[in-house]
Parts: sequence; structure tokens; C-alpha cells
Amino acid sequence: MLKEGYVRIPSGCAISGIIDRTGRLFSGQSITDSIATMHDRSNGLGGGFAAYGIYPDFKDYFAFHVFYDDLIAKQETENILKANYIVALEEKIPTRKTAHIKNAPLIYRYFAIPRPEKLKLSELDENEFTIKFVFNINSNIPGAYVFSSGKNMGVFKAVGYPEDVANFYKLESYKGYMWLAHGRFPTNTPGWWGGAHPFNLLNISVVHNGELSSYDTNRKYLEEFGYICTLQTDTEVAAYIFDLLLRRHGLPIELACKVVASPLWKQVERMSPKEKILYTNLKIIYGRALLNGPFSMIIAYEDGFVAINDRIKLRPLTAAKKGDMIYVASEESAIRQVCKNPESVWIPRGGEPVIAELIRDNEKEMYSTKEVTA
Amino acid sequence: MSLSYLTPEFKVLRDYDKCINCKVCMRQCSFEVHSYDEHLDKMISNDMNCVNCQRCVVLCPTQALTIIKHPQTFKEHANWTYDAIRDIYRQAETGGVLLSSMGNDRPYPVYWDKMVINASQVTNPSIDPLREPMELRVYIGRKPDKIEIDENLNVKTKMPPQLKLETPIMFSAMSYGSISYNAHAALARAAEELGILYNTGEGGLHKDFRKYGKNTIVQVASGRFGVDREYLNTAAAIEIKIGQGAKPGIGGHLPGEKVSEDISATRMIPPGSDAISPAPHHDIYSIEDLAQLIYSLKEATDYQKPVGVKIAAVNNVAAIASGIARAGADYIAIDGFRGGTGAAPKRIRDNVGIPIEFAIAAVDARLRSEGIRHTISLVAAGSIRNSADIVKAIALGADAVYIATAALIALGCHMCQKCHTGKCNWGIATQDPNLVKRLNPEIGYKRLVNLVQAWSHEIKEMLGGMGINDIESLKGNRLMLRGIGMTQKELDILGILAAGE
Amino acid sequence: MKKVYVKEEVCVGCRLCEVYCITSHSKYKDVLKAYKLEPQRPTPRIVIEENRPVSFSLQCRHCDDAPCVKSCITGAMRKDPLTGVVTCDTDKCVGCWTCVLVCEFGAIIRDVNNKVASKCDLCAEAGEPACVKNCPNEALVYSEGGISV
Repeated sequence: MLKEGYVRIPSGCAISGIIDRTGRLFSGQSITDSIATMHDRSNGLGGGFAAYGIYPDFKDYFAFHVFYDDLIAKQETENILKANYIVALEEKIPTRKTAHIKNAPLIYRYFAIPRPEKLKLSELDENEFTIKFVFNINSNIPGAYVFSSGKNMGVFKAVGYPEDVANFYKLESYKGYMWLAHGRFPTNTPGWWGGAHPFNLLNISVVHNGELSSYDTNRKYLEEFGYICTLQTDTEVAAYIFDLLLRRHGLPIELACKVVASPLWKQVERMSPKEKILYTNLKIIYGRALLNGPFSMIIAYEDGFVAINDRIKLRPLTAAKKGDMIYVASEESAIRQVCKNPESVWIPRGGEPVIAELIRDNEKEMYSTKEVTA
Repeated sequence: MSLSYLTPEFKVLRDYDKCINCKVCMRQCSFEVHSYDEHLDKMISNDMNCVNCQRCVVLCPTQALTIIKHPQTFKEHANWTYDAIRDIYRQAETGGVLLSSMGNDRPYPVYWDKMVINASQVTNPSIDPLREPMELRVYIGRKPDKIEIDENLNVKTKMPPQLKLETPIMFSAMSYGSISYNAHAALARAAEELGILYNTGEGGLHKDFRKYGKNTIVQVASGRFGVDREYLNTAAAIEIKIGQGAKPGIGGHLPGEKVSEDISATRMIPPGSDAISPAPHHDIYSIEDLAQLIYSLKEATDYQKPVGVKIAAVNNVAAIASGIARAGADYIAIDGFRGGTGAAPKRIRDNVGIPIEFAIAAVDARLRSEGIRHTISLVAAGSIRNSADIVKAIALGADAVYIATAALIALGCHMCQKCHTGKCNWGIATQDPNLVKRLNPEIGYKRLVNLVQAWSHEIKEMLGGMGINDIESLKGNRLMLRGIGMTQKELDILGILAAGE
Repeated sequence: MKKVYVKEEVCVGCRLCEVYCITSHSKYKDVLKAYKLEPQRPTPRIVIEENRPVSFSLQCRHCDDAPCVKSCITGAMRKDPLTGVVTCDTDKCVGCWTCVLVCEFGAIIRDVNNKVASKCDLCAEAGEPACVKNCPNEALVYSEGGISV
């Protein structure tokens, strides 16, 4: 049976995301309860979480989470890691024995910063340097897989129901200001932990429910910019597209959303002259970054997360607000389970993003939404 | 002169029970096949002249005529076929280069027919084009890597000039000279109505068609026919013709007989003189010369118009295309070996060049591996026969397609492959005013509009079936194709999987 | 009133208009039968002018002040006050050919078999003139006020 990465496995899923916009840290219990409500949307073949703000003591260090199939892979990886990075702490990620999580690989984490002389020699900034390192390990060292590479955040995933995965990783003991969760329903049994969601690169994590019909077009476009798509999953290209648009090209998050779920030409025709020029050029330049096919996804990045649907809303997504907390999930029940009496609950329209960012000093609400009575 | 050993290629079967001696067939045949014999009081046919253009068949009011392949055969021989033998008779009689028209008709495999298209089910819903919006619009031109915007959301990036196509189909280059004035009129008008473009070919732009300028691509070919300032500035884009799929490596030839007053004025050559386009442009002997011409044309038009390059699909087309991209071209048009022509030596047409399917796949892969695919547009040409071919071409990597033979067939061409005689009975590939009249541009342009609209609708249906609602998401999406009956090597070059994988 | 107009730049000189004119005025109204079964098939009511490459079919113009009507000695030629169509009543026509002489367009033909004048009647029964309907290149139009440019 081909491992994930050699064959494409479509799946249906459940997603959930919670953020406290003040940056207050809260435990992983609520996200676990939320995703557990949507148990039937998964089939136990993949579950995972992304947690932001969980390593405040190491917030300037890259927190690498790595799977190893065996000690040889670990050794080879550590050789490269230590040659290029100063490692402040390395340890096994603490886990507890859980009935339904079986065949776990070795799971380690490292807090590291690039060695200054190596960084200077590479003539890259530390982000590009780290991307190169991660691609190198993931493509060239069989049995090793770096599945989280951000700062002050971490991805925790496995083959199993998400609530079991949370239990396995002891997520209730972590505290973060933003949490994403995913439960998977793949149409196959990959059996490989790396294939579960969320997908992460640097500080961008993506959970995704859907299937990208435009996958191959997107992948081929990203490969031109040096991204290596090892996993053949849609989530991977979505994450890389956001990395390209946000980090490398410096687009604001709202415009990045308008690239992946762009307005239709007949909508562009009706816009004001300035907007018309902007959106026409965006569509022309970034046509191959358009995500086509049904999807609802949550993309977490440094400042917050954005939840978005495809332009014609072929997957469910509900959002809610209570005070400074924003909730998004595939189903309203998953929100109400952890948020009693939300101030507002709505269903975002196709292509309209829900942007929930950390509140900065002097500004108004960042997200654009419409309240829709269910 | 001595006896010709050639027997007729076609036989005219006339049902005398139905023939009413109206003589329409006689009046309409430019090859002088039919005549009325008053002594016998019936219509008779000279099979030797018949080319199977079927003008008489279609116009006969009682459907009394049928043209069949002449039943006369040679003894069966798998190697010395009917055509192989007859070609030798012809050359022994004339001592000339065999000419033919339209595209390669040899039985090479057609790779379009060995690819199948995906449809979405269960995990990904198909989209219903009658209920959901489907976008087919494409922009052809050079594109920057990224967009630069200031804080007020004004676009700072200087966008290179783009061609807007409402559907990813354009009419390919056919020169005024190889085809008639009325044919050009139909193409230009259809292009305007459809929101796409047509290509003047190397015959210059007739002054009557200047009003269609914004739907026109003008060609600068090796003969430089008709190229002057107005020609360049009237058009929406300029295409440098390096080669064409039907006859890679050689130039065009319009016999002096077809150079009428009007042709002479449009091409800016003396009337009655042969119009020879040499094989290479005599000022482009290498890639840097091409870069120079591209930029000269851009300077001449103030960088307002895209300048593209058309090449034939040959063995190392990928490397050539890469060079052209770096020489500054805004788009590259690649013409496969099945491309049509008004006249070409038969041996070159049938034996030189490679299929467009492989050429597009190879060029797309090469440009991607160099990280420049997203900066330039690719147009595929060379026998696009239907909307499924278009979907496959775009999935293999093209941004849009050029159609020519299909457009002429829409106008009435019956593929008799005798364009080089100038006696086209349908008024398409002729300059004889008696024949040109037969193509009514009012009817012609509507047929072209119908064809392209029908194909656009079919493309939307196929896109919807794949779960895509924007043609941009099909470009280079090779996972949407599977191959049937191909070798592993062929699959590898096309970059697609086999059906079942 | 609606009349038949010609676009001579797209007339291909095939003369199918003649064939269908004959057919529509024949007994059987079928092309094959009109030619095969009727020994005296009708004379066509249109004139084809040719000077290659120019060709076109010419029909009666159904003039407002028709000279043929004024000159007809028996009153066979009349202009219908409602429809405006000028027709020849062949029962009254004596074949003097005066109308042929006076028609400025030369649109009236001598039917020598029946010794009457033969002219376009706009195929009144059929609704649309047969020549217009069957022209393979849409060179004939049936409209009011000419061909729109």
C-alpha cells in the first residue's frame, strides 16, 4: 500500500478553532470538547491540534516537533539539526498511554535557533533557512518527519479520533491563546501519522475539510517558487499558498483570502474603478493560486486565524463571538458545547472570510462578517 | 503528351431517377466535373477532376449525387499503398514537389483520444453549470511574480499588457491570400462578437478590417508582408511567426496567380508576383536576434501591446520555448504537427514536427522547472477538434488554444485538401471572385459564433463535472487526466497517470 | 409592403431560386415530381442576370404605380389594393406582351407554352417566397424597405 505522499487520499472531516483575542492563555480542554462533539464526522483515522502561545519560555525559538520511525532516522536528523541550529532543549513530547492510539512513532521536540554563522553563510533570513531545513529533512531522510516548525506554537497529531489524540498528548495541560482542531475521515487507511491534519509550516497551520479540485494546478504553481509538496494533501498546498502570499509577498490577510476565494468576474465588473483594477490584477497574477472545489478551512498564522469557505459554500462553517473569544467550527453544536450563550452566531457566506486576530493597541475589530439568522 | 497512368481518385454516383437536369452541380463545380450533354439529354461527370469537395452533393435539390472513393484498387500491399504508388506516378509525370493542403492526414496516433478526463463524485461534488457561475475568462500576456500594493490598496505593480479572452479559444493565423476576404470578414466579426481574437496570418491586414483592431492579432512573419506602423498599432497584439506546425523549417508560398490587386495592396508586393516567405527570418539567426526583434516591436508600439512568438512543435521545443520566454515574449504559441496550411510540400507536412500534446506537456514542465511558467502564457495549436481536446490541452498546461481547421470546417470546408489550387468551391481558400462570393460573411460569422459558444458550454459542463468553476484551476492540472493505451514513457512525458492509478 | 431584395455580392449564380420558383408554382409542389412528371412544367417567374462574377435574380418589383398594370389591355394585370402584390390573371391574359415591353426592370417573362405573361407573385399561398427560403447563401431577403446595411 502506498504511503501518503505517493497517492492522493481525499477525505471528509471536522474542523474547529477558538481564539482569545486578548491573548489570554486557556487550556486545550475546550478545543477537545468542541471537536469531540463532531465525533461522527471523523472515522478515527486521523486527528490533530495546533496550539499557539504554548511555549512562552521559548518564544523566540523554533519549536520543532518531529516523528521518527526508528532511531537511525532520529540520529540522522539530529546530526543535521545540530549542525545548523543551537538546540536549547530536546525532549520526548510527553504522552500518556491511550487505548485507541496505537503504533506511535518516536515523537520528539527541539527548541532551536539557527547558528549565526550558518545563517550568514546561507544569505537567507531565518524563516527561509528553516523552510529549507524542514524540506530537507522531510524529503531526504526516510522515516523522519518534521510536523511542526513554528515559534511558540506546536502541532499535535496522530492516527485516531481527535479527542483520543488530545488525551494522548495531554493537551489539557497546555495553555494557549489560539487552538485549531481537526478530525479526519479519509477514504483509505494510510496509517501514517504525518498525514493527519493540521498541516504546518513555520507559524502557519491549516485544518481543512474538503477536497481541492485545483490541487495539481496549485501544486505546480507552488513548485515554481521552491515549495516541495511532499504529502499530496490539499492542506499542504493551502498552507504553502498562504505562506507565499502572506510572508513572501506581504499581502494583507484580507487580500490573501480574496486570492484563494476570488470574486467572480461579473462581481468585479460592478466594483468601483480602484477596486476593479485591484481585483482584476489580483485575479490575473494569482489565477493559479485560486482554490477550487469544496472547502472550509481555518488558517492560523502569527496574528490570529482566518476561517474561509469556497466561493459557492460547498462545506459547512459556523462562527460565533462571545466577548473577546471567537469560535469557528464545522457545526454549531461544536461551538455551543464549549461556549454557553454566545453573543452572536452566524454562518459566513461562501468566499467571505472570518478574520479573528489578536487585538492590537489602538484599533477596531479586525474581522469582516455578517450576522445571519440560522 | 503521353498518357497519364493515374485513374480517378473519386467517383461521382448520380441517381438518374432523381436528377432533374437543373445543372446546379455544373454551375457550382470549379473543377469542371459536371456537364450537360444535350445529345444524350443528361448530366455527365468527369470523375478525373473530382476532389470530393461535396459542393454539388450539398446543393443538389434532390440529393441525387454521391461522391465515393473510386472503387479501383491496386493489388493489396501493406507497404506500397495506394497513395505511395500514386505519388510516384505524379512525380514521374510532373517532376515537381508534391503539394497538399490542410493538416497531416497520416495515421499517426492521436493522443487526445488516448486521454480521459476526471469527474468528481462523493468526496467532492460536481458543479452544475446551469445553476452555478462558471468562469472561462483568461488573460494572455506576461505576468509579474507578485503584486505590490500601497497602504491605500492602490496597485503599484506595472502590469504588462494583457489580452482578454472571454473563453480560452482564439482563431489561429490564416493569411489573407491563403483564405478569402469573406473568410477573414467572418473570422473578424465572430471574434468581436465572442470577445476573443483572430489572427491575420502573414498576409497583412486589409484596410477594411482595421475596425476590428482590438480583436486582431497581427503577424510579423519572415516575409514581413504588410508590416508598417499602422498595421502594428491597429492590432491588439503582435505575433512573430517563426514557424508553423504544418511545415516546420520552411516558409510560405503564395503563387503569383493568387496575388490579385487587393492582395498586392494588403501585402505590399507587386501584383502577380509570387509571395515567398523565406524559412528563417533573415534577421533572426539566433535567440538573441529574436530578443532584439521582440523589443523592437515593443518599442514601435510603445510597450502597449503583447508581443508573442509562434513556433512549430519540433524535437527540442522545450528548450526553444524556454529561450523565447527569456527573450521577452509575452506569450508563446506552439503549433503541433497536425496543423493546417493553405499549401505545403506533402512530405514536410506529413513527416516533420511532433504532436502538440507532447509539446505542450514538455514546454509546460520545462518552464515550471525553471520557475518561470507563471510569468508567460502558452497557446496550443495544431488540430484542436472539439471541446474535449481543449479541456485536455489546458490540463496539460496551455493557457488557451488556437483553432483554424475547425473554424474553416465551421465555415463550410469539406477537407478535400485542395486549397493550393485556389479553386475552393466553398469560397474559403480562393481568391477567385466567383468563388469567394459563396462564403456569405453574414452566415459564416454566425456559424463561427455558434461553434465557439457550443464548445464553451461543453467546457463548462466538463469543468463542472470535475468540481471546478474557474478555468484557471484547470491549467496544468494533470491529475485530472488519465491515459489509456499509452506506454509508460508516453505517460511520463505527458506527466499523467494511467487509468486506474 | 414586403418585397424580395437581392444581395448580389453573395449570389453564387446557382439558379436554385429558379428551380424552387418552378416547383412552387407546379401542380405537385415537389421538386422531383415537378421536373419528372409534369411535361410542361411552369416557366420560372424570375430572371437571372449574369455577368460573371456578378449575378443576381430579378423579380417583379411590385411597383406602386405599375406600368404593366396601366398598359394591360385586358385588365389581367392588377395590383391588389390590400396586399400591394401585382398579379397576372392568366385567364384574362391574351399574351400580347405589352407588359413585357413596358416593364422597366425586364422582370416579366413570356410563357411561350401557355401564351401568357409570367411574373413573380411573391408565392402568396406559401407565405414566404420559395426563392428566398431556398437560396443556399441567403442572398435573397424578404423584407420591407430593402436590405439593412
